[in-house]
Amino acid sequence: MTITPEAHDALIDDVAPMDEPVVASPTATRVPDPEGGQLDRLPRRDAVLRMSEVQAAEQADAPLIDENQQTMLVNMGPSHPSTHGVLRLMLEMDGETVVRSKPVIGYLHTGMEKTGESLTFLQGCTNTTRMDYAAPLFNELVFSLATEKLLDVEIPARATWIRMLMCEVNRIASHLLFMATNGMDLGAVSMMIYGWREREQVLRFLEKVTGLRMNHNYIRPGGVAADLPDGWRDDVLHILEMLPPRLEEYDILMTGQPIWRERLQGVGTLSPEEALALSITGPVLRSTGIARDIRKDQPYLAYDEVDFDVLVGSYGDSFDCYAIRLNEIRESIRIVHQILDKMPKGDFRVQDTKVTPPPRARIDESMEALIHHFKIFTEGFKVPEGEVYVAIESPRGELGCYLVSDGSPTPYRMHIRAPSLVNLQCLPHKMANGLVADAVASISSVDPIMGEVDR
Amino acid sequence: MTDTAETEETAPSEAASEERYGHPVTYSRGQQVIHVPREQWRSTAEALFADNWTMLTDITAVDFLSYGPARKLPAGIAPERFEVVASLVRFDNGDRIRMRTQVPESDPTVDSLYAIYPGSDYQERETYDMFGITFEGHPDLSRILMPEEWVGYPLRKDFAQGVIPVQFKGPQT
Repeated sequence: MTITPEAHDALIDDVAPMDEPVVASPTATRVPDPEGGQLDRLPRRDAVLRMSEVQAAEQADAPLIDENQQTMLVNMGPSHPSTHGVLRLMLEMDGETVVRSKPVIGYLHTGMEKTGESLTFLQGCTNTTRMDYAAPLFNELVFSLATEKLLDVEIPARATWIRMLMCEVNRIASHLLFMATNGMDLGAVSMMIYGWREREQVLRFLEKVTGLRMNHNYIRPGGVAADLPDGWRDDVLHILEMLPPRLEEYDILMTGQPIWRERLQGVGTLSPEEALALSITGPVLRSTGIARDIRKDQPYLAYDEVDFDVLVGSYGDSFDCYAIRLNEIRESIRIVHQILDKMPKGDFRVQDTKVTPPPRARIDESMEALIHHFKIFTEGFKVPEGEVYVAIESPRGELGCYLVSDGSPTPYRMHIRAPSLVNLQCLPHKMANGLVADAVASISSVDPIMGEVDR
Repeated sequence: MTDTAETEETAPSEAASEERYGHPVTYSRGQQVIHVPREQWRSTAEALFADNWTMLTDITAVDFLSYGPARKLPAGIAPERFEVVASLVRFDNGDRIRMRTQVPESDPTVDSLYAIYPGSDYQERETYDMFGITFEGHPDLSRILMPEEWVGYPLRKDFAQGVIPVQFKGPQT
């Protein structure tokens, strides 16, 4: 069957062309930014494109004014290999140069904060763990810490150190994923395989301890779900021995390599003033030279008992973001070595019958224990009224949890301050007046996890 | 985890903060909370910025429509349906402070902090998207997570949670 040209055109008309460039007039509708205040801290704020879908569609039909003076609106994503999932960017281009841009998000929004209001505090971790799926243990940790602060329970030392161990191992896995995707985005495709190869080994350890590669639901209010399995120390040591030579290989493959440096140095720079004004946290903030790490500044768990350095960059460019994450893996290895030396003995969860279910063996012999077990898992435990905000340092920045409890077993309001969401705000500033190929480097250096951005 | 300060208890620095910003200060599980009248939301943020509060880390809201127990608020603060909450941190000593303001259902607006802490941009949009609270002076207050044409504000308590009806099969006879 042949398709006539008319039928072909009709077919095309039916489908809205997603990646078709549309013409934007130079006088694109633009709400002026409010004047005054502290906005001078953002010299490149004109690079933020503020345009709705409707306005963008209108621009498509606008008549061409002058070919040489006109910018073009190009859509990038949401399913683009270098956008880390479903990030979509509206780019206003002048030739190859990005003039203004707007990150468009929400494609992965599943209403997890709403869901969190109907899950008990014990079930809450199964929900939050699915937000930042590259660093799930941090989400569980922040929710557990907030719940424990509301409950005012103190968890045993071993539980604290197990949490630290698991989180640092998870940080290594998360940064290895960054190494892989960062390399892939910039054309070092073999790096993708290397990063994933190492990450898989780390995940194998997490799987052995928690039962799952991701979405562990291992850290829970009151401690952790289970004690470390037999032989865990050897497994951790194996990872710690395996990684340093591999990181040396990364150095050879990327850090010292002229093409890699050319590709990243001076690309997507951010000044410390801009980073602070935009509430940027984590490696992106540290890349601008501000030594901010919650583990160091307001130690939680037992981070005040381990020795590690906070790494900072000097230029705030994509190379600094890369180098900081690479060396944070080394710092995490250092921390894990100290955790192995200091891991105390004792309970892995608090022996507070209000929060903790009875041991499995007791259920077989005691009716009360069975009832207790049943009540905790069906009704949940009641958490005293109050509100609390707890923040930790996730691989991506300040991960916060704001909990409001009305005294019932479910949170009245559960809000997660997602570092990826807030860090996305720096993208238009980083990409301003850069090439579209460098925009990819900027996105990659922010390392957004869309599950966390959209929640 | 060693948390000693009890809720609503007076801590030594409370008087200082209270005098400095002119708004009641309480402590929730040891965390400093400043209760700001809605009209002074922006000016208080300006005062905090001038006092070296480095970063606005978080801004969100709570809908107290179906909140059971009587809400504990300091004298002079009348409870309203919505509460906008902003968390700030200072880097020099690591202190955190939380600003809370009551926003009535009949007029859900509050000043935007964008001009003082531009990092509030996305989170104010998110709060607008989820609660329908308008931030006056925000340069682009539009939906961020939900589609632009979405009707309703999902995180309000009177917005039903989405459910998929599951039909169970009866026993085979």
